[in-house]
Amino acid sequence: MMMKIAISSVGSSMDSMLDVRFGRCKYFQIHDTDSGKVKVIENKGQLSGGGAGIAAAQQLINERIDIIITGSLGPNAFELINKAGIKAYKCEAMPINIVLEKFKNSKLEEIKVAGKAHHGM
Amino acid sequence: MNIAVLSGKGGTGKTTVSVNLALALNANYIDADVEEPNGFLFLEPQIYKVKDVLVEYPIIDKDKCTLCGECVRVCQFNALAKAKEEIVLFQKLCHSCGACQISCKFGAIEYSNREIGKIEKGKYKNIGCSRGILNVGEPMAVPVIKELLRDLTCKVNVIDCPPGTSCNVINVLRYADVAVLVTEPSEFGLHDLKMAVELVKTFKIPFGIVINKDDGGENIIKVYCKKEGIKIIGLIPYEREIAFMYSKGKILYEDVKYKELFDELASRLKEELKWN
Repeated sequence: MMMKIAISSVGSSMDSMLDVRFGRCKYFQIHDTDSGKVKVIENKGQLSGGGAGIAAAQQLINERIDIIITGSLGPNAFELINKAGIKAYKCEAMPINIVLEKFKNSKLEEIKVAGKAHHGM
Repeated sequence: MNIAVLSGKGGTGKTTVSVNLALALNANYIDADVEEPNGFLFLEPQIYKVKDVLVEYPIIDKDKCTLCGECVRVCQFNALAKAKEEIVLFQKLCHSCGACQISCKFGAIEYSNREIGKIEKGKYKNIGCSRGILNVGEPMAVPVIKELLRDLTCKVNVIDCPPGTSCNVINVLRYADVAVLVTEPSEFGLHDLKMAVELVKTFKIPFGIVINKDDGGENIIKVYCKKEGIKIIGLIPYEREIAFMYSKGKILYEDVKYKELFDELASRLKEELKWN
């Protein structure tokens, strides 16, 4: 099954580290499991005055993402991606290639509850 | 005449100065620190009027909504988002600007009201007392502050500001004719005082400084004021008795020992800020 996976990241390469912040991360790396293609987008949420998580989630909804891998999700972002039918998985800060490896081997835990608000400020 | 009492740093004595200055000037006391209004702990006014503060938020008619997403695009506050089958509203982020309703080509957006706080009005002896109270959990204080300050009388009003130099303080300064900056001789006090001075200067209104917890000698605040040519209009000594009275909710102005201190501050304020 083809899947588009978005990972919050501090950089744009495969050895960049995952950013545990969702709304305030610098980039999202979008990995297409089918074609192996990678698209890197700047997170519009990082600069917004408020509602960073919402802006970030909206951007990923518009990119038709299936899976998000990040550190945690605040209450608003969590509500929004739930309503959009996107699943999210929790991961610590580590290089993106290792994150993907872990995901493929089902080593990541699904995020089923929202974390604290304003955690990434 | 509106006198704004602000500080930059929290806990420097804004409320102490505001309450006692209002009594010394026989002015109204207005508590605009709506996230934690505490002036009434001292004044304990007889409340005669309570009013709800309402803000508007959009309601989306799902039958008319085509999920075009235009409302989401125009919202500058990320209060609206588009999921698969619905427009999702994040009520607490809405600034009631009305852009979503204007942008909706299908007439699917109506506005409704919700309560985010209250305004209380009362009286203590001869002076009018009012305060805004923001409900716990509400992030936006500005609508409560605006409502509180909208119907100020043309009498003399002492406005107890929120701490910091954020939108909340700026929205008070918009109504201020003069400002009193309360500080303390500590590194934090000085650091935040500098930010408050910078802010007040943009409003081009006269201002003076009150040093709380003054140690009597030379200190970093006095050095700073001298260098910048800023007037010090009052000194509140660093005394255990003041802290004790404060902890009991007692009013310093009603103690003969401290009455003079605030009478003097009141006359210095009139004199230095060229206001009669």
